[in-house]
Amino acid sequence: MTETRDVLLTMKGLRIEGRADETWTEIVKGIDLTLHKGEVLGLIGESGAGKSTIGLAAMGFARDGCRISGGEITFDGIDLRAASEEDRRHLRGHRIAYVAQSAAASFNPAHRLIDQYAEAPVRHQVMSRAEAERDAVDLYRRMQLPNPDEIGFRYPHQVSGGQLQRAMTAMAMACRPDLIIFDEPTTALDVTTQIEVLAAIRDIVDQFDTAAIYITHDLAVVAQMADRIKVLLKGEEVEEADTRTMLTAPREAYTKSLWAVRSFARPEQAPVGGGTPVVSVRTVTAAYGSVDVLHDVSFDVHARRTVAVVGESGSGKSTTARVITGLLPPRRGEILFNGTALPPDYRKRSRDQLRQAQMIYQMADTALNPKLRIRDLIGRPAQMYLGLQGKRLDTRIRELLSLIELEPDDYIDRLPSELSGGQKQRIGIARALAAEPQFIICDEVTSALDQLVAEGILKLLDKLQGEFDLAYMFITHDLATVRAIADEVVVMKDGRVVEQGPKTQMFRPPHDPYTELLLSSVPEMDPDWLTGVLGKRRASG
Amino acid sequence: MSHIWTMIAKRLALGVVTLFVVSLIIFLGTELLPGDFAQEILGQAATPETVAALREQLGLNDPMHVRYANWLGDILQGDLGESLANGQSVSDLIGRRLGNTLALAGYAAAIAVPLSLMLGILAALFRNSVFDRAANASALTSISFPEFFVAYILIFFLAGAGGMFPSMSNFRPDADFADFLYRAFLPALTLTLVVTAHMMRMTRAAIINLLASPYIEMARLKGMSPMRIIVRHALPNALAPIINVIALNLAYLITGVVVVEVVFVYPGLGQLMVDSVAARDMPVVQGVALVFAAAYVLLNLTADVLATLSNPRLVHRR
Repeated sequence: MTETRDVLLTMKGLRIEGRADETWTEIVKGIDLTLHKGEVLGLIGESGAGKSTIGLAAMGFARDGCRISGGEITFDGIDLRAASEEDRRHLRGHRIAYVAQSAAASFNPAHRLIDQYAEAPVRHQVMSRAEAERDAVDLYRRMQLPNPDEIGFRYPHQVSGGQLQRAMTAMAMACRPDLIIFDEPTTALDVTTQIEVLAAIRDIVDQFDTAAIYITHDLAVVAQMADRIKVLLKGEEVEEADTRTMLTAPREAYTKSLWAVRSFARPEQAPVGGGTPVVSVRTVTAAYGSVDVLHDVSFDVHARRTVAVVGESGSGKSTTARVITGLLPPRRGEILFNGTALPPDYRKRSRDQLRQAQMIYQMADTALNPKLRIRDLIGRPAQMYLGLQGKRLDTRIRELLSLIELEPDDYIDRLPSELSGGQKQRIGIARALAAEPQFIICDEVTSALDQLVAEGILKLLDKLQGEFDLAYMFITHDLATVRAIADEVVVMKDGRVVEQGPKTQMFRPPHDPYTELLLSSVPEMDPDWLTGVLGKRRASG
Repeated sequence: MSHIWTMIAKRLALGVVTLFVVSLIIFLGTELLPGDFAQEILGQAATPETVAALREQLGLNDPMHVRYANWLGDILQGDLGESLANGQSVSDLIGRRLGNTLALAGYAAAIAVPLSLMLGILAALFRNSVFDRAANASALTSISFPEFFVAYILIFFLAGAGGMFPSMSNFRPDADFADFLYRAFLPALTLTLVVTAHMMRMTRAAIINLLASPYIEMARLKGMSPMRIIVRHALPNALAPIINVIALNLAYLITGVVVVEVVFVYPGLGQLMVDSVAARDMPVVQGVALVFAAAYVLLNLTADVLATLSNPRLVHRR
């Protein structure tokens, strides 16, 4: 079908270089790409694959510190590389628009939504200000935003993330562009919000017959959105095919490995050490200021078992972790450790009590002190909690590095900046292990990582659990992770536990309605999934 | 909006507390000054008896806390006391000079603030260009020289041989506005040169700091012009630090211009302060110091309020 339509965008042998330490290195290595009018092309790959860089190059744009060094980019007969900056500027926002990953960061906090909407059409002289405002309300309505008449007069901070992402898509549509670049538009959203945004994006792209490049690392998402998929790895194309072919019969080994990640799962662990749970959260109610954010939360974590706490942002997952670690003393309820109550405030806990519960964080980047070497990052807790010194400390650090599968001699004197994202997260794990705890809280430890890397981290955590009889509390919003690693699941919503039980039971109906909503919102690899789910939800009202 | 008013009220109350603490420090500070007033006023030839009589008359023999309480009580009723040197009301003395000081500060600010904002914006727009470097270099040069040196250089070039502007700004009280602008031009220009660098560099830095933000990239991807990106997208978000630096510099223009006033024989508060310290005229010293402190507190309060108003996240709650 696509062959009959006109070609909108072509790239031939596109090469882009990025500057690091005064030298230019190639980050996009000769990409060919053809996009027809009204067609949606999915670009997929891990971080560092060059997806965003290629997407921006379609606008004739290179980020600071990057340059387009070779190849051709032709948009509707215009050679974007030869065109003047002024000409390219008039294409951007007008005929080619961009939707960024984080709408919250990409809307200017100083201006109202509608001012930002009107900016491109007015500046590119497509509409008058009054026309643009009327048009904005129309598009806000088409994007199914609540109160389309007045939402534009709010500032970005007054609007939720999912609504902002829809407002940004509406903004990109303002000049009715021929092409929109969607750069991971739903990655930062909760699953239940994501599904709405995906549906709204797909509808509007259909309605205006807009061509799109849809960039994402999530296969299931791209399967819903794209007509064709191009898989990228380290700046090179792995393969390209239409969506159904790509999903059912990927040719390349790398693509197959991407597909396979989602199937990692481990058998349920049998609880050990009798009936006393390592950590027991007992009817905890906690508040920030005068507002209760946790209500009567109770659950147990046993040795060698993993309890996954799932829920959307704002459901109280991380707050629960703060209560357990003593950072936020609860208003009511208590935390038992091996059957004895812990002092609510961490300042009142003994060093040994502190040692027993450790944390691994979501952003390994910010959780590691960038000025300290690995030796000190891992060595500090071993020194502080266990009093190791000198030679014994050194041996212990090396032991820990071997445990997390990093070669001690290679890594012991590195700085965090000399590590990849996955390696940093491994250091975070080693730091937690250094204290020799019985209980570890993993707060979204894989959500900032690529799927292959995330899988490695999950496998490592699994191995360590078996070796040291660890009890894990696994905070996540990703149900695929839950499926992979959890023994028990606690579903939270608005600070309450709505359902809890063994994993096998959770993934079998009947569910609590909210659990049902969560489960059904997780994208599946089937390209008809989104249509199916939406149809079902509409049918059931 | 009500929370803005609450904030202003709170800050004002805090300002009053600050002024109270400052008054205490000023009083104790002047107590520590060496020398004796009565002796100073009567001169070396005075007999011990006359000195003692004068001390008694001025109430200098009362214990310290009594004198502080009296002084503070008078201030609260709007009476700053009388000059020990010439018996004039301190309020009148300060009032006359304060008008002059504010006029000069306003004059300098009217040139310096728009100038430094404009230069800062242009330097950010043409960052790392010849213009940027030249603006930075000249601003740094002018701030690096002592004020009196800048003043004399200006006098040499603008008042000396050519004689375009007067080097003395001792204008008559009945001088009209144009005459004031003419006579006070050189001191105002000197002050401008001294304060511009700070404000310009902060404007430039605050803007450039934001240029890596996703919303700036978004504006570029919407095809906005570089100038519009700086002025419309970066500047509104950079206002808070800029406003604070402007307030600091305005406070300096009111309280820190003694040297410039002396060079140009400009009858401002700074000169009054210096003269009074030399003459041990404590009521005047204390009065001027309080006015300076009040200026600082008020300007900082204004800066805080403006910085808050420039942030929609604080003005428009969810």
